[in-house]
Amino acid sequence: MKEVKCECGHVNPHGTVLCESCGITLIEEKAQGKLHDMRYEGSARRSQTYNKTIIDKIWNFFSSVKVGVWLIVVTLIASALGTILPQEMYIPTIMTPAEYYEDQYGWFGKLYYQLGFHNLYSSWWYLVFIASIGVSLVICSIDRVVPLYRALKTQRVTRHDSFLKRQRLFGITHAENIDETFEKVKGNLRAKRYSIREEDGNILAEKGRFSRWGPYVNHCGLIIFLIGGMLRFVPGMYIDDIVWIREGETKLIPETDGQYYLENKGFTLEVYDKDKDNQAFSEAIENAGMVAKNYQSDVILYKKIGDSVAGEEAKLEKVKEYDIRVNEPLKFEGFALYQTEYKLDELSSMSFNLVNKSENEPLGNLKIDLNEPETKYDLGNGYSVEIMSYFPDFEFNDDGEPRTKSRVPNNPAFVFKMLTPDKPDGEISFVAIQQTVEPFGDNEYQMKFAGIETKDVSGLTVRKDLTLWLFAVGGFIFMVGVAQGAYWNHRRIWIRRKDNEIWVSGHTNKNWHGLKREIGMILDGSGIHEPEDQLQDE
Amino acid sequence: MKKQRLIIRTVILLVLGAAVIYTLYANFTKDDNPEIEVGKKAPDFVLTDLNGEKYRLSDFEGKGVLLNFWATWCPPCEREMPYLEQQYQKYNDEGIQVLTINVGEATVTIREFIERHNLTFPVLNDKNQEVLTAYGVEPLPITFLIDKDGIIKKIHKGEIINEAVIADMAKEIKP
Repeated sequence: MKEVKCECGHVNPHGTVLCESCGITLIEEKAQGKLHDMRYEGSARRSQTYNKTIIDKIWNFFSSVKVGVWLIVVTLIASALGTILPQEMYIPTIMTPAEYYEDQYGWFGKLYYQLGFHNLYSSWWYLVFIASIGVSLVICSIDRVVPLYRALKTQRVTRHDSFLKRQRLFGITHAENIDETFEKVKGNLRAKRYSIREEDGNILAEKGRFSRWGPYVNHCGLIIFLIGGMLRFVPGMYIDDIVWIREGETKLIPETDGQYYLENKGFTLEVYDKDKDNQAFSEAIENAGMVAKNYQSDVILYKKIGDSVAGEEAKLEKVKEYDIRVNEPLKFEGFALYQTEYKLDELSSMSFNLVNKSENEPLGNLKIDLNEPETKYDLGNGYSVEIMSYFPDFEFNDDGEPRTKSRVPNNPAFVFKMLTPDKPDGEISFVAIQQTVEPFGDNEYQMKFAGIETKDVSGLTVRKDLTLWLFAVGGFIFMVGVAQGAYWNHRRIWIRRKDNEIWVSGHTNKNWHGLKREIGMILDGSGIHEPEDQLQDE
Repeated sequence: MKKQRLIIRTVILLVLGAAVIYTLYANFTKDDNPEIEVGKKAPDFVLTDLNGEKYRLSDFEGKGVLLNFWATWCPPCEREMPYLEQQYQKYNDEGIQVLTINVGEATVTIREFIERHNLTFPVLNDKNQEVLTAYGVEPLPITFLIDKDGIIKKIHKGEIINEAVIADMAKEIKP
């Protein structure tokens, strides 16, 4: 591709509409109008000029602002679609997602699931859209900022007549004492903080050029933002897990490489009391019923010392005690533990009395730890009870056999063997909540329910985020770019002497009214007419 | 000039493309535990069986280990138990140790299950779910094949549907 040598001597890249140096029109058909299109200074956006190889074709596709805008619109629509029904991670785990969506939302739910919208934000096509926006951002910016920088850097003071005439603000004044007038104008320009360049007695006054870089600074911020989002996928950069700990239990904190343990001393749920708390709210509290005031887990953080392996009893060293409340996480080594969930009153133990049915007299009491029942409970005097089967989360399976759904004691059931002096072979009894079955006929003895104990369970989010600062930096740079581009204008005034005429042209990238007022003040009393707004004449 | 442009564009597109592909790849593997993958060393552990006997994974170096995680409430786990039991003795003679880890249920529940299925291989109880956490086990059942040097050779997710599956696994870890 050939470069274009302008009559002023400057060599322009192929595709340049207006000479970077003198501003003469190089491609006539692209500069037909009465006024020049000054976006990108008539420079050669390279994307629009070469279209040879596959690389160029990909480049040109992403370089188009039109494509970029469409990518954003499509991504917006897709993002909106994802909010119509709850995403998979927020639905209850009572049934499979396929069943749940159809069950809850009918044919629409089924379609939603089949289209994969239940997991929209981590679907590959959604990520591809986001990534394409990023690619488009980078390529659009590179493709525009480079030629723009070149054009602004090489611009000459003396511009070609055709260039000056086809600026929006343009005017010609006949003058006698040009030198004197110019000195005066220069003084005024300086007072307005213009930087002034002179060549052959012509003036180019310019200010606020850095505002042209605003959009690109803004894009840099956005790209840093996207990199932050990308880093969340890098292992170890971002952790979002949950740990459930029963009261009194000490558990390994996941994702800490087996190094940290947490003990839950107790969970508290406080509610507002209409008599004790601010009287002004008593009516509201009464209407709303229960209003939570505080969710709190009192915990102790331990660090493992020594190098015991998983499953081995670890030596623990207390690091700190802390009361985790909503928005007051326990922080350690980049991790934060947040109070996010709770389960009140999980069964922890059940007590039974062994009784002789006819006498109804307790012969002994046993308390069963529901997380680790004993095999045999000796009640003394020749009485004992064996646990033959234990179903912590009992249900009947399809074949009518008892089974357990999980290891959590939600609905405990037992098969007891009661050994007594007069029944040395024992009597067998199946006991579940509010239910007793005696499979081998009438028993003489019975396990009589005597009470339960419960414990609360705290659900804590384990969070580590090493990417947050990138979002802060990206956001800050983004705002700097916005301010740079929005609050400053790039203003240029060309003043040219031509025989005994003075030509004045003005250009700004925004706020033409401001430029006109400023030119008015600068030319005031100099005898030069204010240039006219050629756009308003029409 | 032309060449330079092509090179610059190619490099920029390659960098951007690599970032996109990495993000997609990372997104699809984000649920996997990075410490646990084929070719890496299996995390060591110490657990006891129901009789109080201690088992340490590293003690089995020199032998292949078939490590299976299960629960009594998981029907596919229950279905694969007979295959494991049948093959246990056979492979034991060939230098492959079968170890199974229960997800920390009550001893009573596990014992009843062992008796019902006449299991003779070691059943370890991960009472505090520490080994489960270390191996990132989810969902059940899952089987890890560990060679004589303690390196994970294969991860079999889901049910072992017949003896042939075990035979294939055994081939990988035979010392």
